[in-house]
Amino acid sequence: MKDKVQNIIGEYQNDKNRLMDILIDIQAEFKCIPAEAIETIAGQLIMSKADVRQTLSFYHFFTTEPTGKYTVYLNDSVVAEMMGRNEIAKAFENEIGVKFGSVTDDGLVGLFNTADIGMNDQEPAALINGVPFTNLTISKVKELVAGFKAGREVKDMVGKCGDGMNADERIMSMVNSNCQRKHGSILCLEYEVGSALKRAVNITREAVIETMRSSNLRGRGGAGFPAGLKWEFCRKSGGDINYLVCNADEGEPGTFKDRVLLTEMPEQMFEGMVIAGYAIDADEGVLYLRAEYYYLKAYLEDVLQKMRNDNLLGDKILDVEGFNFDIRIQMGAGAYVCGEESALIESMEGKRGEPRNRPPFPVQSGYHNEPTVVNNVETLSTVVKIILHSADWFKAIGTRESAGTKVLSISGDCKNPGVYEVEYGISVNEMLEMVGATSVQAVQVAGPSGACIGPDKFNQTIAFEDLATGGAMIVIGKDRDLLKEVVLNYISFFIDESCGSCAPCRSLTLILKNKFLKLLNGYGTMKDIDELYSWGKYMKQANRCGLGQTAANPILTTIENFRPLYEALVKTDDEFVSEFNMDKAVEASCKYVDRIPNVH
Amino acid sequence: MSKPVVATTSLAGCFGCHMSLLDIDERILELIELVEFNKSPIDDIKTFTKQCDIGLIEGGCCNSENVHVLKDFRKNCKILVSVGECAIMGGLPALRNGIPIEECIREAYLDGPTVSLNEEQILPNDDELPMLLDKVYPCHEIVKIDYYLPGCPPRADLIWNALIALVTGDEMKLPYEVVKFD
Repeated sequence: MKDKVQNIIGEYQNDKNRLMDILIDIQAEFKCIPAEAIETIAGQLIMSKADVRQTLSFYHFFTTEPTGKYTVYLNDSVVAEMMGRNEIAKAFENEIGVKFGSVTDDGLVGLFNTADIGMNDQEPAALINGVPFTNLTISKVKELVAGFKAGREVKDMVGKCGDGMNADERIMSMVNSNCQRKHGSILCLEYEVGSALKRAVNITREAVIETMRSSNLRGRGGAGFPAGLKWEFCRKSGGDINYLVCNADEGEPGTFKDRVLLTEMPEQMFEGMVIAGYAIDADEGVLYLRAEYYYLKAYLEDVLQKMRNDNLLGDKILDVEGFNFDIRIQMGAGAYVCGEESALIESMEGKRGEPRNRPPFPVQSGYHNEPTVVNNVETLSTVVKIILHSADWFKAIGTRESAGTKVLSISGDCKNPGVYEVEYGISVNEMLEMVGATSVQAVQVAGPSGACIGPDKFNQTIAFEDLATGGAMIVIGKDRDLLKEVVLNYISFFIDESCGSCAPCRSLTLILKNKFLKLLNGYGTMKDIDELYSWGKYMKQANRCGLGQTAANPILTTIENFRPLYEALVKTDDEFVSEFNMDKAVEASCKYVDRIPNVH
Repeated sequence: MSKPVVATTSLAGCFGCHMSLLDIDERILELIELVEFNKSPIDDIKTFTKQCDIGLIEGGCCNSENVHVLKDFRKNCKILVSVGECAIMGGLPALRNGIPIEECIREAYLDGPTVSLNEEQILPNDDELPMLLDKVYPCHEIVKIDYYLPGCPPRADLIWNALIALVTGDEMKLPYEVVKFD
């Protein structure tokens, strides 16, 4: 084992900044990261074992115990549950004979839950040894388990490939892109790869940034920071080296548009990265790809190689003297918080993905403490079209504050889930009509960290100045139990994904969940609802990063928009109700010491 | 006007919070001018003899007796205050909450390294003894608690300021020195 581990470390030049890659490869090789490997890594990278452990213990897909020859990670997000993942989970358990969270005695199969894997439009879905299996049915589960027992290759069990580029021999995945609007007005426009870059290098770096600034392009990840301004800040930071990072760690439950952009038009995004790299004078670009999209890695590497061959990447790009820029792919390992740019940078440096204190902002001091621009996949893809068509053309699309289009990931209770490129300014009502959603109780805008709105707000529009969204739109039908099926799942999601650094995010999330459960269990009071709200409000000001600041949003926005659902749970006028039950509380101890409980 | 009546108790605590109360030093003379004590270890009154105004609770609930005492306090006190980490969160005793109660009993009476004289392997099961709860509960999960004084123990000044505020009705003084913990 030691030799294999040493070889893996050697592949990364004994560089401890590449600890993520080293751990990913070891996990893939041994199906876990055993104590012996930790010791070897620590020895060879000259760091403490505790430092290795603290990185590996942070990420969901790193384990210290083997996860089985076939490792099943079944999504347990809200939409997965809506689409019947619990029946699928039962089918797996019945067929295999172990519960989720464990591995069979012979080490053949491990069953695990995982947060959203970016397949909301084709749930229930699971990753098996990194390969996505979507639209799972009970008979498909039986087939898979038979395959495990027969020792079949996971790839060979995929069956029919999905639409679009998913059927490409470099991907061969059953995932569907579900591009519902093939003729969108910006990103989906056909174009010749490389043509935008040619235009960009014919004008100065400053002029490229000026074009971005005057186009009013705002970040598509959710926060909406002006992209041109970000580039300018980085350029003016005066660091030795500048870095450009593309954030493809879309972990917000309900978002999957980056997956489709990466699958269907990766050249456009990479070209946007090169243009950004040119503008900010960077030598190195990094695509931080979430672990769940590992199945796209070989394909993306191939696209990059093709771009290198075409002189669109590498040294002297398009024969421009001094324009050297290359892109590498950094895999994540399962951590929602790494979508936050400073956490993502920490992770790229081989550390726990804990958000940094700001300032300094990444544009001042980011990757390796150098000025770093982190942009979303969609933002960088849009850059290409702005360069090709002009800033004014772009500005004319969308609304005054929100230029351009937004790619929405729409899922849940609707006829046509999938990816839609729409102009900013579209109302929620129009969107619902577009996806064939009738009898809608609520729409979860921008995933759990966003807002849950009801029909009285469906006339609001999708735009930074109205309803801001990173792209996730989940339609919740009238028959759903909003609090139990949606809100509770989201609360638990944030508890799992909190990095634990800020006390309110670490503890208050759990306290809020207990209070929420108290209400669900019928022991709540009106005061509990008020406390959920006032305590939840505190999260915004008391946590360092966006995760903690928004972790109470599922509760806050449903109390704001669906308060009657909460009030219906309150069964008493009393100011205080205790859940404590003395009979139950003393039962176990009395039984053990052989005593008849006497609780009166 | 008669003086406000104060009662105190230590449930699953270590009496550290009561010690901290005594740390008000000479102000204890001022205190007895201000209030009258009823059920409390301070004056050794074992049962409530009248309705009280303020109940100070140290410790959480780890057994059935704690629960009875706490409920008794709620019944007899207008205002109930959780004093210290154990009353508020369960504190140190709540470290056992992740461990099955059977294992805790075994460790305490049979297997623990300091258990040497229990040759007959007796487990305490006399009817007179309180029954252990499955876990240690913070007070506010059993009864309504009106105020919380954090600390392990809360500083004497914090307890003092809180008592004065409750008795006088003035706003409580909360300078940083009084609520910082390091």
